[in-house]
Amino acid sequence: MLLVLLLSPLLTGFVRKVKARLLRRRGPPLLQPYRDLVRLLRKEVVLADSASWLFRVIPYIVFAGTWVAVSLVPTFRSGLLFSWSADLIALIALLGSARFFLALAGLDVGTSFGGIGSSREVMIASLAEPAMLMIVFTLALTAGSTQLSTMAAYMMSGQVGLRVSLGLALLALIIVAIAENARIPVDNPATHLELTMVHEAMVLEYSGRHLALIDFASELKLLLYVSVIACLFVPWGIAPPDGGAAAITIGILSYVAKLFVGGFLLAVFETSIAKMRVFRVPAFLGAALMLGLLGTLLLFVSRSL
Amino acid sequence: MVVYALCGVAALLALAPIAVMLRASPNASGVIYGASLIVSVMLSIVGLLNLFAGTSSAATLPLGLPWLGAHFRIDSLAAFFIIIVNVGGAAASLFALGYGQHEQAPERVLPFYPAYLAAMNLVVLCDDAFSFLLSWEFMSLSSWALVVAHHRERENLQAGYVYLLMASFGTLALLLAFGLLAGANGNYLFDAIRASHPSSSVAALVLILALAGAGSKAGIVPLHAWLPLAHPAAPSHVSALMSGVMTKVAVYGFVRIAFDLLGAPAWWWSMLVLSVGGITAVMGVLYALMQHDLKRLLAYHTVENIGIIYIGLGLALAFKAHGMAAAAALALTAGLLHVFNHSIFKSLLFFGAGAVLNSTGERDMEHLGGLIHRMPQTAFVFLVGCVAISALPPLNGFVSEWLTFQAILLSPQLPSWGLKFLVPAVGALLALSAALAAACFVKAFGVSFLGRPRTSAAADAQETDSNSLAAMFFLSALCLIAGILPGIFIDALGPVTKTLIGVSMPHQTGLDWLTVVPIAESRSSYNGLLVFIFVTLSGSIAAFAIHRLASDKLRRGPAWDCGYPDASPATQYTASSFAQPIRRVYGTALFRAREIGEMPPPGATAPARLTVELRDLIWEAAYEPIATFVSYATERLNVLQFLTIRRYLTLVFSALVLLLLVLAIWP
Repeated sequence: MLLVLLLSPLLTGFVRKVKARLLRRRGPPLLQPYRDLVRLLRKEVVLADSASWLFRVIPYIVFAGTWVAVSLVPTFRSGLLFSWSADLIALIALLGSARFFLALAGLDVGTSFGGIGSSREVMIASLAEPAMLMIVFTLALTAGSTQLSTMAAYMMSGQVGLRVSLGLALLALIIVAIAENARIPVDNPATHLELTMVHEAMVLEYSGRHLALIDFASELKLLLYVSVIACLFVPWGIAPPDGGAAAITIGILSYVAKLFVGGFLLAVFETSIAKMRVFRVPAFLGAALMLGLLGTLLLFVSRSL
Repeated sequence: MVVYALCGVAALLALAPIAVMLRASPNASGVIYGASLIVSVMLSIVGLLNLFAGTSSAATLPLGLPWLGAHFRIDSLAAFFIIIVNVGGAAASLFALGYGQHEQAPERVLPFYPAYLAAMNLVVLCDDAFSFLLSWEFMSLSSWALVVAHHRERENLQAGYVYLLMASFGTLALLLAFGLLAGANGNYLFDAIRASHPSSSVAALVLILALAGAGSKAGIVPLHAWLPLAHPAAPSHVSALMSGVMTKVAVYGFVRIAFDLLGAPAWWWSMLVLSVGGITAVMGVLYALMQHDLKRLLAYHTVENIGIIYIGLGLALAFKAHGMAAAAALALTAGLLHVFNHSIFKSLLFFGAGAVLNSTGERDMEHLGGLIHRMPQTAFVFLVGCVAISALPPLNGFVSEWLTFQAILLSPQLPSWGLKFLVPAVGALLALSAALAAACFVKAFGVSFLGRPRTSAAADAQETDSNSLAAMFFLSALCLIAGILPGIFIDALGPVTKTLIGVSMPHQTGLDWLTVVPIAESRSSYNGLLVFIFVTLSGSIAAFAIHRLASDKLRRGPAWDCGYPDASPATQYTASSFAQPIRRVYGTALFRAREIGEMPPPGATAPARLTVELRDLIWEAAYEPIATFVSYATERLNVLQFLTIRRYLTLVFSALVLLLLVLAIWP
């Protein structure tokens, strides 16, 4: 649990640095997100007059939900403590709870900006979540379980081979990960124009420690998706549950390496394409849903596809 | 045991004439609702005892048809539904102790309310087809009387009319179904029906008729049209009973016929039930997203949840038809657990809507707003209901949804090709409806309770009374318990699946840390309690650490307005504007949704106007043609009222000749 907490701002800092370098800028320092979090935590919260108690509680709910969800992913070792208490479906639903409350926070203050953010966010979620569930079905039917540790162990063993349905699932998972983390082409995390915002518009009114928690939660969510893709499709290096110190060290090193590779690929992808118009996003996510459905269908029809 | 249940029903029936006698007294509603509360609690205890005892007891009363009598039996399925009916009834009676004080004409509501509760209990207890149909009709009629209680409003009368038509259609379908089941000998007893084995074509016809009959009462698409008209028209505690309990009694009727009376199912029945369930789920939630009337939104959402229940039942039929008993037990448990969960949180949400209606006089979300400041406790329990119905952990809606997904993951073992193509599609529809449900309830809670008040009615709202709040808090506590300790409820359903399928799910209580393991430890497990503890702990640790180590200072200021001072609450998002992205993505095809903007020319002082136009395609394609045809046919047939005496005599004479011919030729 602590490892993911410490690594997530680093991942975000790395992605920003690579994006800046690709644009021939120097970019902020690698550890800047840590400094941003500490700065925000120390600041006074400015609360809108019409905000309620729910507005103040929601950052803690969002942060706690995302943190628990990330802790369930086998990062450097499978079979982490209590990882059997929630499987991949429960993990997605936990992220869904966090998003539900964040959308409520957007509507709480009673301005139009929050409304824009919340309404667009639920539209994107209405397609991203079923796509994610179809991907989970594809993976669960391949591995025979919805537990992430079991899935990772299955993918590491030689039984998998190359499968069409897994390829479709990987493509769909990348699309869903981009949409869920509010990255280009779905949403621009660095925009200052309210009319182009989705995630940022929902949290426009947050300041101080509340904003720190919400930023931390989105960094954790990025780490979660990169870790899930890594543990399912690139699982080599994950230590088994009974591994010794050597296996755990290899696990941690390979995990950090996977994070950097994933962050680099994300930064290259974001720099090479432009943000989509809002109403082209359903088509983009609909493609992910169809890919996931096709993957599941192939596995229903034949076990070896 | 069943004798106690029948005594309870008799007590409820006796309350109806007492209500008529007490109509002049000001304490009438307190007496009637209080007595209903006590009797409902006792009946639910009877149900609980029977469910855990696992036995069944029967009784016969010398009522009804002289050669048949009225047979009643309480087995585990009936006990489970008795618990659902009476927990809902007790909560509604407690709520009505507070809500009923504001009733303008209590004499139109009070006599029918205990009769309605009694009728629902009777339907579940009946053991022969005749008393079943009689109780079913009694249930429809008493609820119709409650729907048209506020008869001064035109829309309530129209709602009652459509409700009566659809209820009659449903009873006709069920009558035909039971007639086919009883066979040529006319043996109406359920025991006799179970022993007889109808041919496959008769069984298929019975299933379709049962799906149409019970389904129209439950609200499957396309037979759902009465539901969003009738449920909002009734007083709020009755709406909660209709949505949360009566639809479940309809599901009971379907389960009794499909799983118990028909014997071994054919595999293609499950395809019909699954497709109906999937379409109902998605259409229900999309309709709900287009609504801005709070009670109508909740009524359409009931349609979606009935769809989810039918998906679970369809999967159970598929597994049962192929002999996969363990998987069938899982799917049936998922469906029945969702029956219980939905009755709890839908009643809770309708109570919240009733509380809002009482305090503000408004049902339209676009006239509400900011109620979390004025009605904090109602807002809190309504939030719990919204989180539960959106299937979010750690509450109970997630558990039944998770179990349904686990059942879908077992489906590749089904051998038939039609099911292999249908089940993934239905799984996608289920996932889509779950995500859209969350969107719908962000809208419902956010627009009504959050933000700033849009009218003075919302700005001056007061909190509701303590009885209503007690009922709502009780139901939200049940939501939390069912989410954290689902193993108890899954085990309680064991006797029910054992009766209907022959096996029950593996025993859940007694596993480490109260985890739920539906199939095998290696396959999947879920622990609601641990998830809840972890989330609460992490949140509390974060809050504590930040407040001690960083900063806990706070000041109030105006909201961000981008440089344009925004005083009017009309600039915040309304229900229609919140739903606009979803309406544009899904609604242009399904509802022909169009936004028509009228901009006056520059310099004109008239305001601009934006109109959202939606068309209910199912009403236009199915209901209106039938109504037009019936109208046309009756107009033409009306000429029979005005014939001359010679023509009437010719008619009688030709009818006589025809009948004599038939008698002569018939072998």
